[in-house]
Amino acid sequence: MKITQDEVLHAARLARLKLGLAEVEKFQNELDSILEYMDMLSKVETGDIEPMSRSFHVTNVFREDEAVRSQDRAEALLNAPCHKDGVVVVPKVIE
Amino acid sequence: MNGYDITIGLEVHAQLLTESKIFCGCRARTVQEPNTNTCPVCMGMPGTLPVLNRKAVDYGIRLGLATGCRIAKKSIFARKNYFYPDLPKGYQITQHLTPLCAGGTLDIETASGAKSIRIMRIHMEEDAGKTIHGDREPYSYVDYNRSGVPLLEIVSMPDITSSEEAAVYLRETRKILMFLEICDGNMEEGSFRCDANISVKPAGSREYGIRTEIKNMNSFKNVQKALDFEVRRHIGILRSGGSIVQETRLWDAAAGATMSMRSKEESHDYRYFPEPDLVPVEVGEDWIEKIREDLPELPAHLRRRFQSQFGLPAYDAGVLTGSKALARYFEECVKLLDAPKEISNWIMTEVLHVINEQGIDISSFPISPERLTEMIGLVRQGVISVHIAKEVFSEMTSTGKSASEIVHEKNITQISDEEQIRGLAKTIVEANPDEAAKYRAGKTGLLGFFVGKLMSATEGKANPKLAGRIVKETLEQ
Amino acid sequence: MEDRILQTARSYRRFDRSPVAEIEALIRTIRQDKTNSFITIDEEGALRDAAAAEKMLAHSDDPLVGVPIAVKDNICTRGLATTCASKILAGFVPTYDATAVKRLKERGAVIIGKTNLDEFAMGSTTATSSIGPTLNPWDLSKTPGGSSGGSGAAVAAGLCAGALGSDTGGSIRMPASFCGITGLKPTYGAVSRFGLVAFASSLDQIGPMAVSARDTAVLFDALKGHDPLDSTSAQREYPQMGLEALDLKGVRIGIPEEFFSEGLDPDVERSVFFGISTLENLGAEIQQIKLPHVRYGVAVYYIIATAEASSNLARYDGVRYGARDTDAKDLLDMYLETRSKGFNDEVKRRIMLGTYVLSAGYYDAYYKKASQVRSLIARDFEEAFAQCDLIAGPTTPVTAFGIHDMVDDPLRIYLLDIYTIPANLAGLPAISFPCGFGAEGLPVGMQLIAPHFREDLLLGAGIAFQEWTKFHRVKP
Repeated sequence: MKITQDEVLHAARLARLKLGLAEVEKFQNELDSILEYMDMLSKVETGDIEPMSRSFHVTNVFREDEAVRSQDRAEALLNAPCHKDGVVVVPKVIE
Repeated sequence: MNGYDITIGLEVHAQLLTESKIFCGCRARTVQEPNTNTCPVCMGMPGTLPVLNRKAVDYGIRLGLATGCRIAKKSIFARKNYFYPDLPKGYQITQHLTPLCAGGTLDIETASGAKSIRIMRIHMEEDAGKTIHGDREPYSYVDYNRSGVPLLEIVSMPDITSSEEAAVYLRETRKILMFLEICDGNMEEGSFRCDANISVKPAGSREYGIRTEIKNMNSFKNVQKALDFEVRRHIGILRSGGSIVQETRLWDAAAGATMSMRSKEESHDYRYFPEPDLVPVEVGEDWIEKIREDLPELPAHLRRRFQSQFGLPAYDAGVLTGSKALARYFEECVKLLDAPKEISNWIMTEVLHVINEQGIDISSFPISPERLTEMIGLVRQGVISVHIAKEVFSEMTSTGKSASEIVHEKNITQISDEEQIRGLAKTIVEANPDEAAKYRAGKTGLLGFFVGKLMSATEGKANPKLAGRIVKETLEQ
Repeated sequence: MEDRILQTARSYRRFDRSPVAEIEALIRTIRQDKTNSFITIDEEGALRDAAAAEKMLAHSDDPLVGVPIAVKDNICTRGLATTCASKILAGFVPTYDATAVKRLKERGAVIIGKTNLDEFAMGSTTATSSIGPTLNPWDLSKTPGGSSGGSGAAVAAGLCAGALGSDTGGSIRMPASFCGITGLKPTYGAVSRFGLVAFASSLDQIGPMAVSARDTAVLFDALKGHDPLDSTSAQREYPQMGLEALDLKGVRIGIPEEFFSEGLDPDVERSVFFGISTLENLGAEIQQIKLPHVRYGVAVYYIIATAEASSNLARYDGVRYGARDTDAKDLLDMYLETRSKGFNDEVKRRIMLGTYVLSAGYYDAYYKKASQVRSLIARDFEEAFAQCDLIAGPTTPVTAFGIHDMVDDPLRIYLLDIYTIPANLAGLPAISFPCGFGAEGLPVGMQLIAPHFREDLLLGAGIAFQEWTKFHRVKP
């Protein structure tokens, strides 16, 4: 296996996904075969080739520093599942 | 300290004084009413995209140049991935491998002398919103007004070796930011924030100790207290043979202690990768030169110049360069009246007293440099005494009138007429024969008694120097 | 029917039919349709805009005035639910239009509704949608392809005059191919991504889908151009798209041997070769070329796309919008429940994969390596375009397959994108248009790829092709 159950669980924790036992196994198997397929990349000689993280070469795209009117609070909170007195309410953060 | 070496590195977050946020057009100043300063971009709504505020880069370069950093020819943004309710996108846009500025220094002066603290890096990033945790209710509350406010993160090298040095470094950093007019430096309101990394090792040992990170120190005093506490904690553990746990701790000002954040099962794994929604920032020489031309004189330079140019003591120079506006006020005064030390004395005592008492800024101080120097001029000319001048000063502060107006209206011109003073002295000496006899018998300390009488007889208007001499002459005749 | 958009525009101006009547009729048809192409039908908004368009017709010769357009439901529409076919975005109503939508509206087009897709555009079948699969109008037992399957099926079934799709690894071209229509994936940066719900930001593009290349050109003309709200939107002056056929005489078309590899269905291969010979008959010079690194495309793509997706989908946390699990006792629990219930397995799989390839210790082996190979793929194309003007090949290795096939084999599904992915990785424009029919009478699409910002070549070649062929005129 290219990916262990612990690694599956670690990724799930980082991604805030809850997996049942059966799911852990299912994802492990599926990810394993995908990662095995991806192994073909290890054969490509890449040396010091610049990684490409964007589709085209453009630099220095800016906004000028001008403030515009913000949206109304009602609009900001329109889609919030729970809000009260203008703030978004979430279950308590337990550190 | 007591056989241990302390190593401290500081991370400062400075909110920038741009008009708008770093990636959208909402105002960058935090407003009170929650969630009234947001838009779909800074709320992380689906499909929205960031566009970089050019001014945020300008300000980053400005600080980089002021601290002698190299400005990166090309720098990119990265995503730092983690979940928190006040982080709307589930990632923070920051810079990771390619900070805008790197490799600078910041000069500080402490009781033990001058020192250079190296700056590792300065990078741009966006601020998060604010989460308030309910006390009793099982809820937390989120306000996104602050989300997307531009920040510079300034990371020092671990060159700081005491909590005093840390405080001085922070004050100097803040002062530079304020001189550059890119941050208001308000620590209580969080526009200037600081986290610390600290480790302790046996004196002379080559290896660093295990470090802890301290957060939640929202004043200079707290930084110093938290660091002192942490040093004692580390040394205590080391002395008892224990080992330090690498962790993040929160300073609890009320308890006067740092508390472990009870870090959970997962270690942080931020999965940084290049931000595909933004393009690289390329800073050419022309851009850097343009910023350099506009760079103001910085506090360290100003301090040295005040000492050399005006012959001021180091202490005075330090106080007068406490803010850009104060330094400017002083310089304007000196331009009007060539009496730097006297001006310095007045500013350091009376002016700063009023400012601190009223909690105002020098820019809104009611006495202009013209008026202050006019008043000091009256003292120098002997028109009023220093004693009277202090009253005049306070009158000027409250009424906004000029010193000469006040002197004229209240008829408090100093009496410098020798004959008039001599006449008075004679009367006083004659009215107090016993004291006069004792003085003449050698009890010269009684001079003050006679001068005091004379001053009160003139309601303090007699020129004190003159009064002293004439009373003495009268007694010794 | 040749051009649906242009014919509709002509019929309005001949007073054969009014926009309001057109929209009313269309909505009736959509309601009876069996393809499950739409997630939301905006009857009220569409009729209102159609009425406004009637006034606009008097003083505008824009072919889009009053023309009904469907929009993939991962493209934000102000005041109209945008769900990405995901439970996690239940109830989400954007307060803003995507720039692409805004531009269509400004040109007078009428948005009739939002079309189905694979959840968050992650899939090649439109079967992973939370509202159930879209069916292919050519054969209701088959998939329309994905992820823009709703838009593809809606155009093919005549439920709209044209549609917007999005293409991250082939999501416009594949359904265009499976549904027998024309679909254009523009150059990265040609169309603003503002308002497109991000899947993989460095690959995503919005593009047009229509029955003909000419209609596709009309839509692309409205969509293209710089948008200050998207930093990756290209700052360039585009000429207006012509609606004329490209003279193919002397146009060099490269045929990469890698696009005719094992796994290519013989029917598809035959049709594509027919298509290529048609281009040759029209004067094009056909030459063999090599793209040695495209065989790594799928591996590169599923690393980069999932890495970006794992980050892009972090915002669906139940805090500011969308569904929230309300039973959660604390924040962590709320995150876990909301996200586990809100995403389907395919989305979770990709989030997991993307999280893994970015996590500590694996970044260099996966993400960085893939980004380097991506450079090599882009370089292959650069070298190829030094020798030829266009590249031609199949759009997909197969024709539409059964809606329940391959659901349990993610890797096989991923490999369906093998010919479409390279253009996304290199940021190149690519078009798919019909070039024949397979054994079961299902459409076959061929793909043309052009250098950056040469959509004019793709559309012109497509128009030329369609002036000589009738595949695009055959209706399901």
